[in-house]
Amino acid sequence: MNIELRNIHKWFGSVHANIGINMTISSGTIQGIVGENGAGKSTLMKVLSGYIQAEEGEIILDGKSIKIKTPADAIHYGIGMLHQDPLDFPPMKVIDNFLLGNSGGIFPNRKTVGAQFSELAKQFDFSINPDDYVDSLTVGERQQLEILRLLWLGARVLILDEPTTGISAQQKDKLFDTLKKLTDKGISIIFVSHKLEEIESLCQRVSVLRAGKLVGEAVQPYNTDDLVRLMFEKEMKLGERKCFGNNEAVLKVVELEIEDYRLHIKGVNLEINKGEVIGLAGMEGSGQRLFLNVLGGLIRPVGHSKVTINNQNLTHKAYINYMREGVSYVPADRMEEGLIPGLTLTEHFILAEDNKGIMINHEKAIAVTNERIRDFNIRGKPESHVEELSGGNQQRALLALLRTHLSLVLVEHPTRGLDIESAMYIWGKLKERCEAGTSIIFTSSDLEEILQYSDRILVFFGGKVSNPLNAKDTTVDQLGQLIGGKGF
Amino acid sequence: MDTNLILTGLAGVIAAATPIVFATIGETFTEKAGVINLSVNGTILLSAMAGFVVSLTTQSIILGFLMSALVGALVAMVIAFSSITLKQSQVAVGFVLTLMCRDLSYFLGNPYMGQSGPRIPPAFPIPVLSQIPILGPIFFNHEILVYLSYILIIVSYVWFYKTREGLVLTGIGERPAAAYVRGTNVNLRRYLYTFLGGALVGVSGPMYSLAYKAGWKGTISGLDGIGWIVLAIVIFGGWNPLRAVAGAYLFALLQWLGLVLQPNLPNIPSQVLQVAPFPLMILTLLLVNIGNAEWVDRVLAGMPEGERRFFSRLLRSIKTSPPAALGTPFENQ
Amino acid sequence: MLKSNSRFFGLVFQISAVLLALVFTTIVLLITQAQPFEAYKNIILGSFGSVTNISNVVVAWVPLLLASTGVLIAFSAGLWNIGVEGQITLGAVFTTWVLRLLLDSSLPPGLILALAILAGMLGGALWAVFAGALKTYGGVNEIFGGLGLNFVATALTIWLIFGPWKRPGIGSMSGTEPFPDTLWLPMVPELRMSWWSLGIGLVVLVFVYILLSNTYYGLKFKAVGKNRTASELFGIPTGNYLMAAFMLCGALGGLAGAMQVVGVYHRLIPSISSGYGYLGLMVAMLVNYQALWVAPVAFFFAALNIGSIQLPIVLKLDSALSGVLQGALVLFFIMMEGVRRRFTKGK
Repeated sequence: MNIELRNIHKWFGSVHANIGINMTISSGTIQGIVGENGAGKSTLMKVLSGYIQAEEGEIILDGKSIKIKTPADAIHYGIGMLHQDPLDFPPMKVIDNFLLGNSGGIFPNRKTVGAQFSELAKQFDFSINPDDYVDSLTVGERQQLEILRLLWLGARVLILDEPTTGISAQQKDKLFDTLKKLTDKGISIIFVSHKLEEIESLCQRVSVLRAGKLVGEAVQPYNTDDLVRLMFEKEMKLGERKCFGNNEAVLKVVELEIEDYRLHIKGVNLEINKGEVIGLAGMEGSGQRLFLNVLGGLIRPVGHSKVTINNQNLTHKAYINYMREGVSYVPADRMEEGLIPGLTLTEHFILAEDNKGIMINHEKAIAVTNERIRDFNIRGKPESHVEELSGGNQQRALLALLRTHLSLVLVEHPTRGLDIESAMYIWGKLKERCEAGTSIIFTSSDLEEILQYSDRILVFFGGKVSNPLNAKDTTVDQLGQLIGGKGF
Repeated sequence: MDTNLILTGLAGVIAAATPIVFATIGETFTEKAGVINLSVNGTILLSAMAGFVVSLTTQSIILGFLMSALVGALVAMVIAFSSITLKQSQVAVGFVLTLMCRDLSYFLGNPYMGQSGPRIPPAFPIPVLSQIPILGPIFFNHEILVYLSYILIIVSYVWFYKTREGLVLTGIGERPAAAYVRGTNVNLRRYLYTFLGGALVGVSGPMYSLAYKAGWKGTISGLDGIGWIVLAIVIFGGWNPLRAVAGAYLFALLQWLGLVLQPNLPNIPSQVLQVAPFPLMILTLLLVNIGNAEWVDRVLAGMPEGERRFFSRLLRSIKTSPPAALGTPFENQ
Repeated sequence: MLKSNSRFFGLVFQISAVLLALVFTTIVLLITQAQPFEAYKNIILGSFGSVTNISNVVVAWVPLLLASTGVLIAFSAGLWNIGVEGQITLGAVFTTWVLRLLLDSSLPPGLILALAILAGMLGGALWAVFAGALKTYGGVNEIFGGLGLNFVATALTIWLIFGPWKRPGIGSMSGTEPFPDTLWLPMVPELRMSWWSLGIGLVVLVFVYILLSNTYYGLKFKAVGKNRTASELFGIPTGNYLMAAFMLCGALGGLAGAMQVVGVYHRLIPSISSGYGYLGLMVAMLVNYQALWVAPVAFFFAALNIGSIQLPIVLKLDSALSGVLQGALVLFFIMMEGVRRRFTKGK
């Protein structure tokens, strides 16, 4: 079954997520799709699987143009997608998850279906008990269930979105075996991932997406450097490299252990000095966010972890204690976690300052707001509601809210949504703080940003943390490979 | 005590619980699909009034019941429409509707206050079954509505647990996105289940005005407050129709016990027993929700692993979780 | 250009909501074969037709004003304090209790009244803290917690009236023994109104307005209500603020209950909260967080309530019509807001 995507355009509001994508997937192959976060991979696959509709473009199946309006249509044509977080029903049994959605009589025949399920599972050497509840299964097993379900419904094209995040090595091996068995039967696989090693070993072809466009394709055998360059290349103007780190430690982390339902980070030891900038690199979901949250006291570590700020042991204490020690957290999700929709810029700055008294000093507040607006070049007025600002200006506002005299700034994606000039400007302001002794730990998916502004870099991959790298001595390619999992 | 008296009393409990059984099953279906209908209290009043008035004017009990079902369904549809299509808060709309329907029932029912109207046919025993010792007199000598409730319970059970559609129902309330990828039209179904649930709630109203508390008595009808109990029983029942039915019978039993024991406990004022359902409701909600509280998480995080796992499991077993998508509109993005 | 456009737009939708509510209510009237015009006329006369009527409206306005402003604080913090009805009741209970305690004491009446009113505020605040604690520490939704407590409050009142506080002789639905007029708020002669309660109501309104729009506390309430996570990152102790919102709302509800005792009924009656709590929630839903609008909206609602008392007398209609109109207003308001959003999204 040959699939062709022709000139697919998809908008989310004003964001052009897929820009004129043309792609062909041949029958019985494993095709890889790689790209950074936000490149448009998941969007494209959701279009193909009928979850959302493209505004423009066609889907062509074996030469005929078809319309896929809902996931039901897609399955009808034999296209099924395994979502990154499998879309199943945790409180229900495996067998019910399996047969839900399949048309049939009023009374599902669980016995017959159960037998078919077990038969199918045996073919692929899966050991899932149909009577277990899905919330007791591991992520790997939930994926297996979903794959079986899609095959049972007659899928000839299987789309897998980041399938190896959060599954064990054995399950991964089993998955790859399964995929090879499927292609032997003529089923096509589309494998969306950021893990270069896996892509290289599994896929016959690879398509690279960047910023919504298809920027290149490659076939086996692959040149990793080329792939990395296609994925991450950016024209970037960067500020001067300045380092302000001295020898006084501000943050000490000993035997840090963090447990999440998907990731387990262990044995991290780190010391950060005043004025230092540490960049946390890695694909989203690799653990950097968890790490940053723990350093700010928003999530509690487990085990024998110890977190010390300015020589105060703050392990297991609440965020307010970290704030008192001069730690400030700037979240990635601007509108969900950082800014308060419905409030104006002035109101945000009032909240950010340490205010004395009861009555709001409106004049002073507006004066401070105007100062910050000038300082950070925010396109907005003191009375503008934050949800009216553009993404870039929201980001500036978020950074402008940081108080002066901080010990440690923890920031996720500081320049997300900003154009080049703004990004440079923001880093200028951040480096000013470094000069004054503030340390910064930031996450970013922009390799150039990480390399240019960090003193040291930590790379995260599936919960594993690299040893600190000196940014000066690392190249883009080296970093890209580490992010893709090579060398861990 | 005289056995006959007890048996009659228990039979009375079954009868008294029947309207609540209808309403709780209806609301369970609605909430299971992901929509919360807070207007139940007002709807019961409005449908009780409507059922009485219609059957009085048409002299047809059946028309009365049909009309009430329709009223209940329409009120529920207002909530569904406001939430699914207009994306407004189900809680806000439901709350306004519960007050408004109550006032509508008083206003529109005013001319009919105190009039006597048709009543459903009297109780009749079912041959053979009513001869069974103990169970017979309790369960099988009732007005037709009670027998219908038995059928409803069985149908609900089968629908919920045995049919394909029952699975889909659970699915759209738990994880609409997963139901969507399996080809379900989530919003259409939510509308349908809200309609159905509302109709069942609507049917429970006239069970009072055409049977147990015959006639329309306005503010002293004693019906105000029953809707809130229904909502609490749905939570208590863990969004499971059988458990909800058990809760309804339990509630009626406790009320009966309260009445029976009253003369023997003169020191406890009657109000305590009358209002007892509500603190009980709070207590129940407390127990089933305590697992959700933040400080519990914090305490658990500080425990050593073995203890942590034990308490987690314990809390999980008594916790009832609402359908995960309850109250949230579904959009495919 | 877009801003003034959307403001005008918003106004259009709000006006259509009012019109729809009137149409709906008129249809309801027609169903009962009543004359809509006669009904509206009687409502207007019943509320504004004479000095007595207007003063009755004012008497109804005060507790509604207090309850609504309290609810507004809770709404700011994102809370559905349905328990306000019970908080009014508990306020009345506490006030009655203190008055009974100090009935025969030698303290000056002014002081007794002041203490009683403060007790009322305390009672309401305590009842609210119950609901708040159930929510914050027990995970019980404040709707059910508040509702359950409402019913308990009513039962408590009835028990008191028929039990320990019953009138000498037999307990009756007319309430407890009325207090001597030395313990009444100074009333306007011939009318049931007291300038004191009106004054207190307006002072509270101004206080709440200032609190919500001009103090740091008010801003923090707003922040917690709109985005609790972000507020935590701003260093706001959100749990404390939520409890404070409950308490303030309860205190104002309790104050309303206290006013009902010392300014209107001068005793404890079974339904002393008279639905002002629920009505206050509806008023708050209409004013969109603008505290000053509470005054006219509450006045309008109070006028509707008082005016429709005429309906059973003159037209043999049930006075619940006011509730129908009030409910319709809020309902259509909410729905039109949804319609407006769909309209502007399509742009």
